[in-house]
Amino acid sequence: MELLEILIAAGVLLIFLVGLLVGFVRTRRRGRPPLDDQTLDAVRAREPDVGGHPGAGLDAAPLEVAEAEVAEPEVAEPAVAEPDVAEPEAPAPLSPRERFQLRLGRARGSLGDNIASIFRRGLTEEAWEDLEESLIAADVGVEATMELVEGLRDRARAEDVRTGDQALGLLKEVLRLELSVSDRSLHRRQSGPSVWLVTGVNGTGKTTSIGKLAARSTAAGETVVLAAADTFRAAASEQLQLWGERSGARVVRQTSGADPAAVAFDSWQAAKADGADLLMVDTAGRLQNKRALMDELSKVKRVLERDAGPCDEVLLVLDATTGQNGLAQAKAFTEAVAVTGVVLTKLDGTAKGGIVIAIQRQLGLPVKLVGLGEDVEDLADFDPDAFVDALFSQVAQDVDIDDVDAEGVEVGDRDEQRSDLPPRRA
Amino acid sequence: MFDALSDRLDAVFAGLRGRGKLTEQQVDEALREIRLALLEADVNFKVVRTFVARIRERAVGTEVSAALDAGQQVVKIVHDELVRILGEQSAPLDLGSRSPAVIMLAGLQGSGKTTAAGKLAKLLRKKGRQPLLVACDLQRPAAVQQLRVLGEQVDVPVYAPVESGDPVAVARQAVAEARRLGAGVVIVDTAGRTNVDEELMDQATAIKAAVEPVETLFVIDAMIGQEAVTVAKAFQEAVDFTGVILSKLDGDARGGAALSVAEVTGRPIKYASIGEKLDEFEAFHPDRMAGRILGMGDVLTLIEKAEDVYTTEQAEQVQSKLLAAEFTLEDFLSQMQQLRKMGPLQGLLGMVPGMGKALKDVDLDDGQLNRVEGIIHSMTTEERRNPKLLNGKRKKRVAAGSGRSSQEINELLRSFEQMQKMMKSLGGAKGMKAMRQLRNDPDLAGQLGGGLPGGGLPGGGFPGFGDMGGGMGGAGGFGGLEGVGAGSTGPAAGRPRNKTVPKRKRKKRR
Repeated sequence: MELLEILIAAGVLLIFLVGLLVGFVRTRRRGRPPLDDQTLDAVRAREPDVGGHPGAGLDAAPLEVAEAEVAEPEVAEPAVAEPDVAEPEAPAPLSPRERFQLRLGRARGSLGDNIASIFRRGLTEEAWEDLEESLIAADVGVEATMELVEGLRDRARAEDVRTGDQALGLLKEVLRLELSVSDRSLHRRQSGPSVWLVTGVNGTGKTTSIGKLAARSTAAGETVVLAAADTFRAAASEQLQLWGERSGARVVRQTSGADPAAVAFDSWQAAKADGADLLMVDTAGRLQNKRALMDELSKVKRVLERDAGPCDEVLLVLDATTGQNGLAQAKAFTEAVAVTGVVLTKLDGTAKGGIVIAIQRQLGLPVKLVGLGEDVEDLADFDPDAFVDALFSQVAQDVDIDDVDAEGVEVGDRDEQRSDLPPRRA
Repeated sequence: MFDALSDRLDAVFAGLRGRGKLTEQQVDEALREIRLALLEADVNFKVVRTFVARIRERAVGTEVSAALDAGQQVVKIVHDELVRILGEQSAPLDLGSRSPAVIMLAGLQGSGKTTAAGKLAKLLRKKGRQPLLVACDLQRPAAVQQLRVLGEQVDVPVYAPVESGDPVAVARQAVAEARRLGAGVVIVDTAGRTNVDEELMDQATAIKAAVEPVETLFVIDAMIGQEAVTVAKAFQEAVDFTGVILSKLDGDARGGAALSVAEVTGRPIKYASIGEKLDEFEAFHPDRMAGRILGMGDVLTLIEKAEDVYTTEQAEQVQSKLLAAEFTLEDFLSQMQQLRKMGPLQGLLGMVPGMGKALKDVDLDDGQLNRVEGIIHSMTTEERRNPKLLNGKRKKRVAAGSGRSSQEINELLRSFEQMQKMMKSLGGAKGMKAMRQLRNDPDLAGQLGGGLPGGGLPGGGFPGFGDMGGGMGGAGGFGGLEGVGAGSTGPAAGRPRNKTVPKRKRKKRR
């Protein structure tokens, strides 16, 4: 048992070190008061949650299935109604594609043209470097960028591409190919409630995405059950409950600190009993390097699937502002719960979410949905073309500015562009 | 944290170390690696550009040509530059003299504002302040409720009159409410917003104007990528924040955003959120962070944490026991329990110079600690003091009592015995001398803290710990501790001694 040995070695070393250092520092700073009660209290107060979160056993709190007012789909709030009603700036109904582009465009100025500027002066060495920089700035990552640009250069050479326009076409083609996938649909089962497990690190928008998905489904006349298996974060189940009320979905929850696996299991029973069409399980955000929490997540899935059968979708909710850590997240969550698709949220800011390219390259995980805003209908299907266009938009402008004003522009000085942007809300 | 980045820089300098003077080509090679490492760590590409340019300027030329060990010199240059960007020195919260002092939090959605508000309230309370939490996030469903729950958990009043409506009005009323309650500090939690959402950005500006905070803190996720710069700039423009809270630093993101934000806004990072529990929140120390980036450990944080749970008498007692090899399982148990009050073991070890990397792949979860404790708990006091008493029959009883196998009991006893032997060898003249030296040498603390690059670099090796290095998967030598063992050489003890001390790491016992 190597580990035990390491543990003890580590422990003794720490004790020794601490003893040494404290003794030393104490000697130098005599007169500091000893441990006060407040500190002790703080320490004691922490004790209970040591086992509380990660290790909460199966001895779940008494079952308390709070039900939202199970509103009939017809009486759903206006927010869930037809998109054209709730969207003041878009009087005419938009196609999902248009919507996607509009949303992205709002954050980034005009689309399309900007990519062209990279190759404005032809296929110079500078242009390739600008392209590399654009991709890196979009969070695509160094490795993926190098490979992409390398491949592109090879192809440009082989196919004797000379003009910027041609190179541009090639670039888009390559990127689209990177993101191509046969199936981006959210899987459902033939009969019985479909089960979607929703996971991700803290603060990516899991609960909000579920709320939006629930609204979408209930608006289509489906019966939806939501499981509040985030029993850790303060008021997480209340947040889901509010979404349930808003969308007319039933919410299964237990007291805070309950075993999330038990909540998931109960919610399946409830969904089955209700004859629901869809069950979505909201889980607590967890950083992927916390072993105990990832184990807990695996357990939620295991327990859920014991009776419900395999999950139809295991979604990883990823914040578009996330940098290279997104790949580590995708890896760890895939390892723990076999993720089937990515929901890329908060794409309505300036973040471009380029990390999904690396994620799809390395793990073959497709983006299935994107979050484009705060409104219920702002959860859209992923559109690779619009995504690729948007990837370059603002960065290309930056590059322009650098060209014009070689050294005068300081890092991140984008004020001029900001004021050019159309206001988000009319 | 920044572990991965320090790995990269280590790799660069491993090649450089001992080569003597740096050629331009070598500098270029190192800079390329530094550039890649920084980009992979999510430092904004423009920040990287300026950073690398500055390093280059300083690396090629006079400074290096005069150096004896060019690799060390580059380490120092990079370290200095990192510290410079990260803010030179830790910036405390400046609450001014007006009461109530208002602190406002702002940031993107999901960056951790509400949690940070709760943690900050707890921290201030611990320091004897009377905070009032104010719920001005009237956007996200149940955000108000979340703050109420947090307030309850940290035992701080929460002003949350409405669930929806005008946050500016709430903020304004909150100040009056604070006066009524006699709360000295008001912490205003606001809604998350994207930097292009002008309506919400204007609202943040309005809240700020209404409450005139002495501190406006921008909360940013340590995992954020290249956009950190754009977002930070936008928030600076809207609310002109006075400091930054770096959240989710307990993840494995390399956290380059910290560099980006500090560089482009010039605002100090004041706090770092380092765990899910409400007291896992601490002052951000740029110098330590830079040391961490370079793999120099974080001894000062360790000391600070230790001071919270240890008294001088306790510490001295432990020392003498350890060195006199009178350290029993009973002491071990009580010390372990003390240690655990300082936080997760893995986190603590990460602060020991050279350990972060060595332990990267070792998962020291606290459950294992529980098992060890369980075993010791199942022994009688006599047995703990004198493990030799444990014969087969007693071992069986302990195994049954703790629910472990007797094999595990044996392992524990064997390892413990080994440790004792090791401590004994340390307890000799050399150890005592080092200890005395430590106490008498005022410069050493700073050295230990990683003030100088050489102090923490692997390659040294604490006398006696060489054996353990093997057992611990090659701990890389406790370079930072070199200063402890060699304290007799005076103020310069913390300087690199890598060249003279034979490498003892990876001397495997098994």
